[in-house]
Amino acid sequence: MGLKQISKNPRWIIYLLIFIALLFIPRMLSIHDLMLFEYGITFAIVGLGFNLLLGYTGLLSFGHGAYFAAGAYSVAMIAKYLPQAYSLEILIPASLFFSLILSIIFGFVCVRHTKIFFSILALSLSMLLFALLFKLYHITGGSDGLRVPLPTLFGMSFKGIRRPEFLSGTYYYFLLGVFSISFLVMRGIVSSPFGKALQAIRDNEVRAELIGIRVRRYRLYAFMISGMFVGLGGALWTFVNGHVTADLSHWVFSGEIVYMTLLGGFGIFEGPIIGAMIFTYLKLYAMGNTQYWMFVIGATLIVLVLILPNGVAGAVSSLWTKVKKKTN
Amino acid sequence: MWVIYTLNGLYFAALLFLISLGLNIILGVMGILNLAHGSLYAIGAFIAAWVIIAIGMKVPPFFLYVTLLSGLVLAGIVGFLMEKSLIRFMYKRTLEYQLLLTFGVLMLLEDVIKMIWGGQAYYASAPFDLLGKVDIGGHVYPTYFLFVMAIALIAGLFIWLFMSKTKLGIMLRAISLDREMATGLGLDINRLSTFAFVLGSGLAGLAGALVVPTTPALLGFGHEPLILGFIVVVVGGLGSLKGALVGSLLVGFTRSFGIAIFPEIELPLLFLIAGIILVVKPEGLFGR
Amino acid sequence: MLAIDNLKKHFGFVKAVDNINLDIEEGEIVSIIGTNGAGKTTLVNLISGYIKPDSGRILFFNKDITYASPYVRIKLGVGRSFQLIQLFGGITVLDNVRTALFSKYGMIRRGLLSADRYSSVTEEAIKILDNFNMADKRNLTPKGLSEGDLKILDIAIAFALKSKLLLLDEPTSGVATSDKFKVMDSIVSAIKKEGISTLIIEHDMDIVSGYSDRVVVMHEGRIMAQGKPDEIMENKEVKATVFGIVS
Repeated sequence: MGLKQISKNPRWIIYLLIFIALLFIPRMLSIHDLMLFEYGITFAIVGLGFNLLLGYTGLLSFGHGAYFAAGAYSVAMIAKYLPQAYSLEILIPASLFFSLILSIIFGFVCVRHTKIFFSILALSLSMLLFALLFKLYHITGGSDGLRVPLPTLFGMSFKGIRRPEFLSGTYYYFLLGVFSISFLVMRGIVSSPFGKALQAIRDNEVRAELIGIRVRRYRLYAFMISGMFVGLGGALWTFVNGHVTADLSHWVFSGEIVYMTLLGGFGIFEGPIIGAMIFTYLKLYAMGNTQYWMFVIGATLIVLVLILPNGVAGAVSSLWTKVKKKTN
Repeated sequence: MWVIYTLNGLYFAALLFLISLGLNIILGVMGILNLAHGSLYAIGAFIAAWVIIAIGMKVPPFFLYVTLLSGLVLAGIVGFLMEKSLIRFMYKRTLEYQLLLTFGVLMLLEDVIKMIWGGQAYYASAPFDLLGKVDIGGHVYPTYFLFVMAIALIAGLFIWLFMSKTKLGIMLRAISLDREMATGLGLDINRLSTFAFVLGSGLAGLAGALVVPTTPALLGFGHEPLILGFIVVVVGGLGSLKGALVGSLLVGFTRSFGIAIFPEIELPLLFLIAGIILVVKPEGLFGR
Repeated sequence: MLAIDNLKKHFGFVKAVDNINLDIEEGEIVSIIGTNGAGKTTLVNLISGYIKPDSGRILFFNKDITYASPYVRIKLGVGRSFQLIQLFGGITVLDNVRTALFSKYGMIRRGLLSADRYSSVTEEAIKILDNFNMADKRNLTPKGLSEGDLKILDIAIAFALKSKLLLLDEPTSGVATSDKFKVMDSIVSAIKKEGISTLIIEHDMDIVSGYSDRVVVMHEGRIMAQGKPDEIMENKEVKATVFGIVS
């Protein structure tokens, strides 16, 4: 899209304004809030990837924690076994690569099915990874997990810097850059001919096959791209969190990914990003205020399913349409 | 030792059968995968342990075994409330919402269990200890495990007779075959769905109650059984009772021999076998 | 272009299609009529590859497609519409057609540039919709369309795939009687413009006689009679078995 078209389309102006605002976030938030915000951004990338499968291809995976874990453990394992390669410009491609490999293997089995069978299969396979990460503790650290030190970036070393300083400086802008690129790439994917083919599969798989789309193969492509985005999110998350455990591949964590996507609204491109941000704050708020935080977010989810099925973004957009109709 | 491994395999299979039978009935009749099924299992375990501890040795031994039914009853009641208040609105909704609703219920119930029974472990080994051990081909084996197998067998036979011989069971099967047609035939789908959900939940609770004399009930007690139940359902085929039986035996034996031979990777091994079966036979062993 | 040779398909004792021989010429519009269970839909399913015959041959431009998959047939140019409409409900009318075009041109692997950037495809899609008088509805989703428009869109998709032979299974079923001719006018004018051969299954005799070059009458899996619409309407045997008129 050329500059001329960008200036004509209000959507892109809003994106640009938000991006500019995001540049100043580290100056506005305390380090604690900034860290939370960074958790949110990593989950926003996860949400973008997850929604390619759920919102655009019509497949509900209850096992995407596995690809998150694949990205996260790529980082942690390189830190442990290949410390000389421990720099962001290697770690990011490596985590993309390993989450891609895992999503090819698991995806190959899963895409032979749809609907509920797909969901259970994706869930079961992620638990396979969980079982491996959990049991092979002398390699993976088991339930204690692995520690993730600060990486280098293009030769820049962050030795002697504390994690909060790292997170509020270079890393924030790195994260913002990766997020922006992910956003643009995913935006391109969903509006491209390929993205339209996925939506055609979602809407009517029989007809999609009959207009010459190889349905299973395209589902696998979607699965792979989705797995890579989620893996990327997982890798970026580790530096914020500083620590990885096998629980990342547990299906309850996958459930949280589904939760945030629905919270934002999976029918809208930006929905999962909004959902990731809200969920991060909601969970932390609940955890900080009661020991029964699961009760709070569980009850919130039930209410959401019952009264706000299109998520926050969906509710806002339908409200917007109503307002527009009235003013016209 | 092989005798013991085989018996252990049967014991695991018996428990899994009860869990996956419940999952499968709900899935077959209502088309809903209940992610909170493991929590119902946990509720069964906690109430049974709590009752056994409360009444202690004050009652005749026979009565102690009757109290295990408390798991079935309480899980059934929770299932009833759950179906009436929430699940019932989900029949016409899409898969995402159905799954996420039960996921929400799962989180809710986990904390409700925590509120009621706190974070500590509940031991209730009296029913296990009382039965002692038997000698099988030169090996000592806990009689209680045989008791669990017998209960699962009775429950399985009961469900089978119920589904194939009674009018209610045949109506339930009609719904699982074709929900729309069953509505057309004038069946009271709402009542039948409630019934199926309560039955499935009760079976999960019963399984939990049967386990608690051998393993203390803890928070997160239902997580692993739920996953194993899923594997059974996937391997056996969605909504198939025969599949639940064969799947349970397969998973039970894999676990028992896996623990004996490859103790570290018995769980991954299980997934591997399930994965192979699915690659060869994508719809599961007895799937439609 | 299409030559069907001794085609046979039995379901148990039911002879759904029993030794059918049928040729269709380029640009010809052929209607199949017959009572329920005469084997019309089975024949269309055999030609489009949904089911495989027991014996016989189907030649499409002299190429044997008897056992080819539906996918291969579509690539060769055998398109069909459905009695129960099959559309992509969540994307716009334009995207329904555009996706078919992208698929036809082998462009659905292109995953980074917005579909709008491929302006020649977009223009072609709009042209196709325009042929069917649907261009002004291109930004609606199928949920907002009438039954007749849905039927037309269904056929426009088959059109976008550059089908050389179109199989239309009851194109006006479910369409309000007052709209039937409007729908058929749009479809047939577009078909005629491109010179596409067409096989139509239809019950409504007004439509059959109004739009077909030739009418084929099927009965119990066999072709009972064929010819120009007015000849068939006068055929006594056809009148008796198909329309139940005894004179």
